[in-house]
Amino acid sequence: MQLTQQIYLDNAATTPCDPRVVEAMLPYFTEKFGNAGSRNHRFGWDAEDAIEIAREQAAAVIGANAKEVIFTSGSTESNNLAIKGAAEMYARAPKGQSGRGHIVTVAHEHKAVLDPVRRLMREGFDATFISPPTDGVITVDHIRQALRPDTILVSVMWANNELGTINEVPQIGRLCHEREIIFHTDATQWVGKMPTNVETDCIDLLSWSGHKIYGPKGVGGLYVRRRKPRVRLESLVDGGGQERGMRSGTQNVTGIVGFGKACEIGLAEMDKDRAHLQPLRDRLERELTSRLEVCQVNGHLTKRLPNISNISFGFVEGESLMMGVRDIACSSGSACTSASLEPSYVLKSLGIGDDMAHSSLRLSFGRWTTVADVDAAIGLIERAVNHLRSMSPLFDLHKEGVDLSKIVWQSH
Amino acid sequence: MAYSDKVVDHYEKPRNVGSFGTSKEVAARKDIGVGIVGAPECGDVMQLQIRVSDAGVIEDAKFKCFGCGSAIASSSLATEWIKGKKVDEALTIRNTQIVEELSLPPVKIHCSVLAEDSIRSAIEDWKRKSGAASATTTAAAPTEAAAH
Repeated sequence: MQLTQQIYLDNAATTPCDPRVVEAMLPYFTEKFGNAGSRNHRFGWDAEDAIEIAREQAAAVIGANAKEVIFTSGSTESNNLAIKGAAEMYARAPKGQSGRGHIVTVAHEHKAVLDPVRRLMREGFDATFISPPTDGVITVDHIRQALRPDTILVSVMWANNELGTINEVPQIGRLCHEREIIFHTDATQWVGKMPTNVETDCIDLLSWSGHKIYGPKGVGGLYVRRRKPRVRLESLVDGGGQERGMRSGTQNVTGIVGFGKACEIGLAEMDKDRAHLQPLRDRLERELTSRLEVCQVNGHLTKRLPNISNISFGFVEGESLMMGVRDIACSSGSACTSASLEPSYVLKSLGIGDDMAHSSLRLSFGRWTTVADVDAAIGLIERAVNHLRSMSPLFDLHKEGVDLSKIVWQSH
Repeated sequence: MAYSDKVVDHYEKPRNVGSFGTSKEVAARKDIGVGIVGAPECGDVMQLQIRVSDAGVIEDAKFKCFGCGSAIASSSLATEWIKGKKVDEALTIRNTQIVEELSLPPVKIHCSVLAEDSIRSAIEDWKRKSGAASATTTAAAPTEAAAH
């Protein structure tokens, strides 16, 4: 129960729909409600036309041909289809055997990439999970070192969802093309916000979602390269053969229309959005790091999206920090869903200690975040951290110059 | 995680936050007992300091806590409850009473256990430093007996 309106700084989790997106979708609920697969009447033709317009809009934002975009339920499905579909199609040995091929990915990928890869490992594939460096940025050299003669697939996210850090995707794509390895990127946090061109960026498979770019939830896209090379996928969902047979099921026409519109707006307003977002993020980080000691921004400071900030505050406990900033809707570095607090695996993979990982906040900004929102958040965070530090025995020890790592604690 | 009103109240307005000096200063004082329990990597560290009279009465108590809202509330409540009590009365406080008072959910019971442990630990420290171990045991005997 919230007595006050929360400030929404969790746009990396999801964004509100742009009203222009909602407006574009509305007719397809009630008037133009046809099944795009109905070939014999106007209702079906209208739905099919709407989907093909959306496909053009979605293709435009990533520099693809419309024929190369298939619609899914979102990035999780796109990632599953890309990774499992490519692995099965390009496997070097039949099902039930080992040595079916090697997959390269990264330890701080989203679970929607890691878990499909782990499943493939149980089904005869090998995988390497690269440990990211402390700045979180994956370079082409990291990938080059991990490749093997039997590598069939590389999956590296474009921008990290917790840190906003940007990996060297175009360079990694070029390396994969040279080695004739399929390259997939989870671009959920990237597309619609940053310039994307699947041709010059050398991408074979790219996943993205509607709800991260001011579109509706439950709809997303998967780019599947059609030439040089023509990438084929084993489908996960079989049936009516929609979406070039790679994703059967009656298309979510309203969602697809909204997704297309969101892509179109994202492309048209990208520069404007970035010019709005980065000053907000910089303001928040500048103020917090100057007002509070032992406060660090996690991840590479410049190779980063303009809309995500991940900050740790020393000597405060994560759950009490979340309690102190409960008037801000944001994400925490610790998932306190159970008795034992699990610090974020993304922050841990960067070598950030459990203490700093627990007491981290991910604040992410959006098209409608205001300077007033950010200023209010700065004040709330500063107050909460100071309040908790006034109670923290660890902060006292730090002030006395005691090295906490040298203390032997009576652990329970 | 939904917190009870009492936990939120202790979080917002913690009672008796503080200490009786730096760790070196309090270590040198025989009338002060210090209990530090928990570990940073477990997400909870509680520090309880008590100032005890010659008669074995806890005249003042101060806490510091690194931990979740429930841990802060448990230690804040513990200081309220032990102030003015004889040390052996304070030792009768059980974590279940803290759980009940603050309506702690099962996942937060360990916070109340830490608070009980911090009371014991602070009193043991005071007894050791003041050399009062034998004296208070005798003095406390009637109370112990009454409690049983």
